[in-house]
Amino acid sequence: MTVSPSTAEAPMHIAAGTRYGFFTDTSVCIGCKACEVACKEWNGVEAVASELSGNSYDNTVALDATSWRHVAFVEKELTSTVKDMVWLMSSDVCKHCTEAACLDVCPTGSLFRTEFGTVVVQPDICNGCGYCVPACPFGVIGKNPTSGQAAKCTLCYDRLRGGEQPACARACPTDSIQFGPLDELRATAATRLAQLRDSGADRAQLYGEDPDDGIGGAGAIFLLLDEPSVYGLPPAPRTTTRDLRQMWRTAAAASLALVGAVVLAMIGGER
Amino acid sequence: MTVTFRRRSGPRPIDAATEPGKAIDIDVVGYYGQPIVRPHVWKDVIGWYFFTGGLAGASSALALAAELTGRSRLARSARRAAMIGLLPSPALLVYDLGRPSRFLNMLRVFKTTSPMSVGSWLLTVYGPAAAGSMLLGEIGRLRTMQRLLSGVAGITGPGLATYTAVLVADTATPAWHEARSELPFVFAASALASAGAATALLSTVDGEPSRVAGRLAVAGALVEVSAATVMKRRLGSLDTYRSDRQAHRYDQAARALALAGAAGLLVAGRRRMPAALFSVAVAAGSVCERLAVLRAGAASAADPQSVISSGMSTSLMV
Repeated sequence: MTVSPSTAEAPMHIAAGTRYGFFTDTSVCIGCKACEVACKEWNGVEAVASELSGNSYDNTVALDATSWRHVAFVEKELTSTVKDMVWLMSSDVCKHCTEAACLDVCPTGSLFRTEFGTVVVQPDICNGCGYCVPACPFGVIGKNPTSGQAAKCTLCYDRLRGGEQPACARACPTDSIQFGPLDELRATAATRLAQLRDSGADRAQLYGEDPDDGIGGAGAIFLLLDEPSVYGLPPAPRTTTRDLRQMWRTAAAASLALVGAVVLAMIGGER
Repeated sequence: MTVTFRRRSGPRPIDAATEPGKAIDIDVVGYYGQPIVRPHVWKDVIGWYFFTGGLAGASSALALAAELTGRSRLARSARRAAMIGLLPSPALLVYDLGRPSRFLNMLRVFKTTSPMSVGSWLLTVYGPAAAGSMLLGEIGRLRTMQRLLSGVAGITGPGLATYTAVLVADTATPAWHEARSELPFVFAASALASAGAATALLSTVDGEPSRVAGRLAVAGALVEVSAATVMKRRLGSLDTYRSDRQAHRYDQAARALALAGAAGLLVAGRRRMPAALFSVAVAAGSVCERLAVLRAGAASAADPQSVISSGMSTSLMV
């Protein structure tokens, strides 16, 4: 492990039964990508030779089976002169949704909810059906072509069990990525938002902190300096399993219509 | 929602007619136009499975109805059609898995929140029943057992034909989720069309084409085309059946084959060769329909604007 001992803090008590998560404060992200590297190293996620994407300093491009942290570099123009450009940087990660679509649709039970309230793929069970991939409203989870299996951020499940915080949070030099019990992080986020609003960041907003949103609130919340779509985040994510009852009813109606058509053909038809 | 970014374009020719070092301003949606949600990773074999599963399920419903009304020739053809749909189905599903050796993990749990889990169990109950009823029907033994198995297959069959529509609709793919009220009808009609067509085709093996099966093929094909039209209208700006080239091609082919097949079947009447030919057209239309759905879904997920606008409409609805 390459996390420098100089960043070591007093060991924290991580208790099963408490919901843990991330608060990513993008206002202090410096785009160093230490989180991406620490994640890959700790979790043994293979390196993928990337091409130059042309998207600023971001050649990771998106979260995927082999990228569990992704630092976005948004070059935002304030006026038409080059001088007035601001850089928005944000380290994206799995949201560990309260109502997780990937977990809902997983047919094998490989995806499960841990004792820390996080959502994790069990690689010894996943058979690579790929259903979780289009189900995720954030495009987080991917299918690894090498293993044939789904993979995503585990919120360092193994580290949490050992009483250690996730590798990305540990490696972050500016505390842009904070780890802790979710209710504490929510309070921290609200305080920080008020601070930024006071200092004139009028588009600053929290993302994923509302338990009444379409996913029941996220386990990884963000403080953004602009609209979510600017960072590639969906403005109104929704766990589509919420509509499943309605969809099964429609399918039942369609099945009955099919049976009805067959019965009609019998009544009208010759022998 | 278009945000203007200053983008240093990556692969820019060196002799570009721009000032050196000057950034190029382009309008892109979201984050460099990157997809917000991930397109499905299923191969085309899954579209073929939607077809074979639908063909099998609807054929078994037809076989059961034929048995209950004493139409033994129709019942035999329909059971054979079901078998033709059933046989490749598990193979198509296992082939698409990232870890095919673990296909039995599908039966590790039963989850009503996962249409794929529900479908796996449906197929597990349906498959042996349909195969058993067909085989017993062919050898003419164990009549009671054959009827029982036919009953199980005939009752689970319509579920097998429509659960796949729920499976795709229960995703963050805009063109699928926003069409959740129409997709099951498209799939049910497409399944009925293919079942009627395959049964009519198989009935020509030992006589005149079954008129009941032919009529079901015609009705199924017409409803399939109509339901798909309603679905595309509902999608509006999310309609990738029109905007994506490959999806459009499949969609057009599905429509043309269904309509031509239906018209041909009406004209063919009791003539065996034309009836067989137009039955194949209807079934091919059903295949194209499913491949169009698969492709249109992938295209809409890859388009960040689709995700942003469908999210907006959904949030306004609640």
